[in-house]
Amino acid sequence: MSRYFTDEHEWIDVEGGIATVGITDYAQEQLGDIVFVELPAEGASFEKGDDAAVVESVKAASDVYAPISGEVVESNSALEDEPALVNSDAEEDGWFFKLRIADESELEGLMNEAAYKKFVAAL
Amino acid sequence: MTMLKEGRPTAPIPVEDAHMAPATVTGNRALMLEEKLIFEIGSNDTTGVDFAVVPEVASRLGTLARTDAIGLPGLSEQETVRHYTRLSRQNYAIDLGLFPLGSCTMKHNPRLNEKVARMPGFADVHPLQPQSTVQGALGVINELAVWLIQLTGMHGVAMTPKAGAHGELCGLLCIRAALEARGDARQVVLVPESAHGTNPATAAFCGYKVEDIPATPDGRVDLEALKARLGPDVAAVMITNPNTCGLFERDMKVISDAVHAVGAFVYCDGANFNAIVGRVRPGDLGVDAMHINLHKTFSTPHGGGGPGSGPVVLSEALSPFGPLPYTARMADGTIHLIEEENVGEEMPQSFGRMSAFHGQMGMFTRALAYILSHGADGLRQVAEDAVLNANYILRSLEDVLDAPFGGSGPCMHEALFSDKGFADGFTTLDIAKGLIDEGFHPMTMYFPLVVHGAMLVEPTETESKAALDQFILALRSLAQRAKAGDDALKGAPYHAPRRRLDETLAARKPVLTWSEPEMAQAAE
Repeated sequence: MSRYFTDEHEWIDVEGGIATVGITDYAQEQLGDIVFVELPAEGASFEKGDDAAVVESVKAASDVYAPISGEVVESNSALEDEPALVNSDAEEDGWFFKLRIADESELEGLMNEAAYKKFVAAL
Repeated sequence: MTMLKEGRPTAPIPVEDAHMAPATVTGNRALMLEEKLIFEIGSNDTTGVDFAVVPEVASRLGTLARTDAIGLPGLSEQETVRHYTRLSRQNYAIDLGLFPLGSCTMKHNPRLNEKVARMPGFADVHPLQPQSTVQGALGVINELAVWLIQLTGMHGVAMTPKAGAHGELCGLLCIRAALEARGDARQVVLVPESAHGTNPATAAFCGYKVEDIPATPDGRVDLEALKARLGPDVAAVMITNPNTCGLFERDMKVISDAVHAVGAFVYCDGANFNAIVGRVRPGDLGVDAMHINLHKTFSTPHGGGGPGSGPVVLSEALSPFGPLPYTARMADGTIHLIEEENVGEEMPQSFGRMSAFHGQMGMFTRALAYILSHGADGLRQVAEDAVLNANYILRSLEDVLDAPFGGSGPCMHEALFSDKGFADGFTTLDIAKGLIDEGFHPMTMYFPLVVHGAMLVEPTETESKAALDQFILALRSLAQRAKAGDDALKGAPYHAPRRRLDETLAARKPVLTWSEPEMAQAAE
C-alpha cells in the first residue's frame, strides 16, 4: 500500500485499484472542531478536482475535492454520527470515501509523506 | 417641633468590594430577570382566553383525531407579555447601540419611515383590490423604481425580489433567459474570492458550475486570472463591488468590457451600494444586473426587525427578460400593473414571476421615505460619511490590530482586520465575546475567508464620533489583551445573561425540542 498527498490537504491510500481518501491532520487542525461531514453516495463518479464531500466546522464549510478520478465504492458512514473522528484520527479512522481508480497515472505528481510535510512546513 | 420618626440614612453604605454581591435566591439580578422557557411557566390546566362553551358535536376526524393532550402552555395575557418583554431585554438591537456587523449595514432606521409606512393608504391595502383604489401605493412602487434606475444609471428594475439572495436569483434567471433566447447554453459562472458567499450559492442553485477567481494580495479581483479564464463557456461573472474586503474594485470597467467581449454578462452584488450611492452609477461600469438591498442602503429594518427587499436593476440587454409584474405609468398619468393578462407584446420574453404579488410594499414605502427625505445630495453624503466612519475605525485600530489591506488605500464602508499577532491560543472569537461584555454586538467574524480570523467592522454613517470612539476604545483594549495573552479574556462574556456556549457541542448534538423534565428523566 502506498500513501499520497495533495496540495489541497487530502491523503490517498492506494491498494488493489481502490483509493481511500481523507483529509490530513494538518487540515483538521486548521479547520477546528468538525461538526458535520457530507459524504458522496456510493456509485457517484468524479473527475479529478470535482467537489466530492463537504466538511463543516462551526466557522465555515469546506469542499473536499476528488484527488483523482473514479467511482465511489464506499463512504465512511461512521462520520455521519461522529464527525469528531476527523479531529481525533484524521489519517486513519477519519477517512472519507473509497474510489475505484479510473486512471492510476493521475497519481503521478502527487506528494509522498516527506514531500507533504515539507510543503506544510513552508505554509 | 413635630418629630417624624421615619428618618433613616439615605446615602449608600460603602461596601469594600462590589463583587462580593451575594447571589439572589430567585436568580434575578435587579432589572436583569432570569426567565424560564414558556413551557416551564405555563400550565396545561390554565388559559388566558375565555372560550365559549363548545356544543357537543360528532367528530368527523376519524383516525386523525388527537388521542393525547396537545401540551400547549396556558398563560394569562400578562404572563405572556412579561415573558416576551423580559426576553427582549436580553437582546441587542440597533436601537440600543452600535451594531458593527460588516456587510450587513446595520444603520439607524429613521422613525419618519415608520410613520409613512403606517399611513392607512399604504398599510391597509390588499394586493388584489382594484388598481384604481390603490393609485398611491402603486405610485410609490413606480416612484421608487424611477429613483433606483436613476441612482444606478441602469435601464430597468425588477421590484419584486424579496431579499438580496432572491435578487441574485432574479439576476441570474434574467441572464439565463437572455442566453437561452440566443440559443447559447453556457454552463460556467465565475465568482471571485472577494465576493459575497451567497453568490456561488445562487449560481449553483441556478444549475451553473461555479469556478473561483483568486484575489490579488491587495484584496481585489485578479484581473489577469479572470481574463485568462474567460471564454465561450462562461455565462456570467458575479462581482461584489465594493467587495467584501471593504475595497472598491477599481478595474470594474475593464472587467466588464472583457466579460462582454466573450459574450457573457456581469452580475454585481450591490449589497454594499451604501458606500457608493450618489457617487458611482453601476450602469457606467458596464454592470448588467445588480440587486440593491433596500434593507441596507435605504434603511429599512432587518436582522429580525423586518423582511428584506432586493430590487434588481437591469441593463438594456437584460431588461426584456425581467420578471412580472411591474408598474407602468399610462398616458393619462395613472399607474397600471403589468401582469400576465395584460403584458401583451410588451415583454414576451419575461422569465416569469419571482413572487405572487408586487414585492415588499412595507419596505418600498420606507425606502422611498428615506430617499425623499435625504434627496440626491443627502444620499451622496450617506456614502461619504459611511466611508469616512469606516476609515476612522481602520486608522484608529491598525496600530493594535493587523489590517491586511490597510496598505491598499482607503477602505470603503467597512474595515477588515485579522487575528495576526494574537498570543498563542487567542482567537477572533475571544475578541467577539469580549465585545459582548463591553456592551457591543460583535463584528462579523471569520468572513471573508481570504483573511485568517477575519473581523469585518461596518460602522455605517449613522454613528456619531462619540459612539465610534467608545467602540474603538473597547476594541483597542480587547486587541491588547489578546496580544498579551490575558487568560481572563478566554472566559468572556462574564456579564451576559449566559456565559460562553459550547458551539461545537451545540452543532454536533443540537437539542431542538423541549421535553418535560420528569419525562426526560423517565426516558433515561
